[in-house]
Amino acid sequence: MAFEGLAERLQGTLNKIRGKGKVSEADVKVMMREVRLALLEADVNFKVVKDFIARVKERAVGQEVLESLTPGQQVVKVVNEELTALMGGEQSRIATAQKPPTVVMMVGLQGAGKTTTTGKLANHLRKKHNRNPLMVAADIYRPAAIKQLETLGKQLDMPVFSMGDQVSPVEIAKEAIARAKEEHHDYVLIDTAGRLHVDEELMTELDEVKEVARPDEILLVVDAMTGQDAVNVAESFNDRLGITGAVLTKLDGDTRGGAALSVRAVTGTPIKFAGMGEKTDALEPFHPERMASRILGMGDVLTLIEKAQTNVDEERAKELERKMRTNELTFDDFLEQLAQVRNMGPLDELMNMMPGAGKMKGLKNVQVDEKQIGQIEAIVRSMTKAEKEDPSILNASRRRRIAKGSGTSIQDVNRLIKQFGEMKKMMKQMSGMQKGKKKGGLGGMKFPFM
Amino acid sequence: MSFFKKLKEKITTQTDSVTSKFKDGLTKTRDSFVGQMNELVKDYRKVDEEFFEELEDILISADVGVHTVMELIDELREEAKRRNISEAEDIQPLISEKLAELLQKDDEEGGLNMQENDMTVILFVGVNGVGKTTTIGKMAHKFKEEGKKVVLAAGDTFRAGAIEQLEVWGERTGVDVVKQQAGSDPAAVMYDAVQSARSKKADVLLCDTAGRLQNKVNLMNELEKVKRVISREIPDAPHEVLLVLDATTGQNAMSQAKTFSKSTDVSGIVLTKLDGTAKGGIVLAIRNELDIPVKFVGLGEGLDDLQEFQADQYVHGLFADVLKEAEEAAEKSE
Ligand SMILES: Nc1nc2c(ncn2[C@@H]2O[C@H](COP(=O)(O)OP(=O)(O)OP(=O)(O)O)[C@@H](O)[C@H]2O)c(=O)[nH]1
Ligand SMILES: Nc1nc2c(ncn2[C@@H]2O[C@H](COP(=O)(O)OP(=O)(O)OP(=O)(O)O)[C@@H](O)[C@H]2O)c(=O)[nH]1
Ligand SMILES: [Mg+2]
Ligand SMILES: [Mg+2]
Repeated sequence: MAFEGLAERLQGTLNKIRGKGKVSEADVKVMMREVRLALLEADVNFKVVKDFIARVKERAVGQEVLESLTPGQQVVKVVNEELTALMGGEQSRIATAQKPPTVVMMVGLQGAGKTTTTGKLANHLRKKHNRNPLMVAADIYRPAAIKQLETLGKQLDMPVFSMGDQVSPVEIAKEAIARAKEEHHDYVLIDTAGRLHVDEELMTELDEVKEVARPDEILLVVDAMTGQDAVNVAESFNDRLGITGAVLTKLDGDTRGGAALSVRAVTGTPIKFAGMGEKTDALEPFHPERMASRILGMGDVLTLIEKAQTNVDEERAKELERKMRTNELTFDDFLEQLAQVRNMGPLDELMNMMPGAGKMKGLKNVQVDEKQIGQIEAIVRSMTKAEKEDPSILNASRRRRIAKGSGTSIQDVNRLIKQFGEMKKMMKQMSGMQKGKKKGGLGGMKFPFM
Repeated sequence: MSFFKKLKEKITTQTDSVTSKFKDGLTKTRDSFVGQMNELVKDYRKVDEEFFEELEDILISADVGVHTVMELIDELREEAKRRNISEAEDIQPLISEKLAELLQKDDEEGGLNMQENDMTVILFVGVNGVGKTTTIGKMAHKFKEEGKKVVLAAGDTFRAGAIEQLEVWGERTGVDVVKQQAGSDPAAVMYDAVQSARSKKADVLLCDTAGRLQNKVNLMNELEKVKRVISREIPDAPHEVLLVLDATTGQNAMSQAKTFSKSTDVSGIVLTKLDGTAKGGIVLAIRNELDIPVKFVGLGEGLDDLQEFQADQYVHGLFADVLKEAEEAAEKSE
């Protein structure tokens, strides 16, 4: 309940609207309420949400949504577009200084993942960019922080510069850069101690480290599970240091990760990497669009909508939906759906994009293997018009004839007919779900193939 | 002038210590706190929609969670109607009392389930980086001060430098640490630790575990096994399973509480990093839904920065910063 996706959230509203044919401004308001709740539940900061809703609403009460046949889809689409725009494009590149070494400073709250990310980044630079980074242990406060980085260095077989915990971080940074120059390291990654953004003394220390290290990148490391406070943290670090980007850690968890949006909104800097685990290779480029869907809690359903929109004629979709509801679907419709689905991309990928699809029992049985599609087409083509329209007349001799005509076995034909029956049943269920109370449906979205 | 600005002003003029920091307020008794809050609201405006919206924002910004906030506000709205309350001054005490009550029932003992004549075993669990190891260090210090013999178990054999980190805390507090090599089986470490602590006649055994995200099934199974090993050696142990939550965490903390409870039967929460600006308001929702009490709060990285949880102080802290912010904003605009 707590983590309903936006699609599910909008469903109830859409059901009411559907009967009315047209969407009013009041309806849009109700939908905006749902969008707001979805974002707040995903930990997007409430002020960021307010601004965001204002923008989406402006577009939503415009022609775009009101006049659409599929207002739910349109709202989700507008939300997603705005969200993706806010998240910015993909930018998982680390700056390169004109004159090496490039200096990168890792900063952030306690326990966010700075030290671990320092190790990951070193590994990434070596593996993906063939670089030779030097890691610097500049956390002199946390018990065994230096040991932690050194252990990572040992695991990676990469050098770590340290001067113990009795020397100031400023001094350590200075010496480290000198060392890097001597030893021809092209990157210097400085791991700093975790600190609160309101800790004046320690924030000043970062200023000083920045002063001597003249970093090309200052990366704010943010825990993806961070709640409303992400805004304060990001704002403070950015105001103070001028961060150049962020790394979002612990995204391998099940958090929605609304902090990503908050950080992005208040700093305007890109999120460059995603931490996806505790090991040193668990660093991935950050994908803003995927993050947008994750925040909304709707799998990749948005990509799916886009695909559907480009592939399907809306009128035809409506007709199919009606047939589905009334259980009139024929083998011809089935074939047409199949063709459309194929146009959209690999089947299992599509299935994965649908929220809740994995959990639906019915879907497992009708799951169609890409290779089998040709066979299915052949079978359907060998049917007569009457057979296509009314599968119930398919007796044993007809089935034998079809198998022969399509070059398949009678078992193949039997299987398809059974699957078709199941699919019809399921579609009926699902379209019922769209109308009704049951949860876990497809959120009022009309897919051409269901 | 906004309601909350006035509220803030009253607090500051009355006692600086209460607002300045959650920490400073910890010595205040519950009565004086509620009393003060009641005093604060003499000449306020009406209980209207704007009032509730402001309240909603404050609670949401403290990570209480939309669902719980809506529920709370609905209750307050109804209560206000039922009691015919239209002045903010009359609803104010209701708010703080309601929140505090939710967090700490009146007859609740609080504190830890300590064994009188036997060793008390406390297991620390939680996701990565929340402050488990640090809390163990602080708690070791607390018990040591009480004259107890304490042993620490280095059950995080996975994270780089985790064992060394606990050892530093052992040195700082003058407490023995039972450890094995990095990479060894944490359940085996626990077995060792129980034996060793027993033979040392320890009063308290504090068990560290590696941070793990609750959606990692293997790691949650591993944790169950660690707990099982302890229970096998001492039937009613661990006497406390403390889930460490980072106050900075948002709604995911609910999922943490649910999953960790399922696998280790969590008996209490330690809410860390409350010395920052985050409020950890999700503990309200956790209490509401799962009935897990907050037992301690972490207020810094030092030995003394662990305090027993006090609901009224916490609720006050929930509002203090926002009040300050509101006041500053109001000042700017004036
Ligand atoms: N699952 C997961 N764990 C992570 C990730 N990044 C870091 N961690 C874990 O988070 C915890 C804290 O990481 P650290 O690297 O020590 O964090 P830090 O910011 O250096 O901490 P301080 O130096 O104490 O401020 C450790 O248990 C890490 O293993 C990630 O992307 N996924
Ligand atoms: N400001 C503040 N920092 C804290 C508090 N508690 C812990 N920390 C810091 O948070 C960081 C992580 O603490 P740890 O004790 O290593 O956390 P952990 O849960 O043991 O981490 P893993 O074992 O890596 O999962 C360290 O930098 C601690 O100093 C607190 O109450 N306030
Ligand atoms: Mg660190
Ligand atoms: Mg630890």
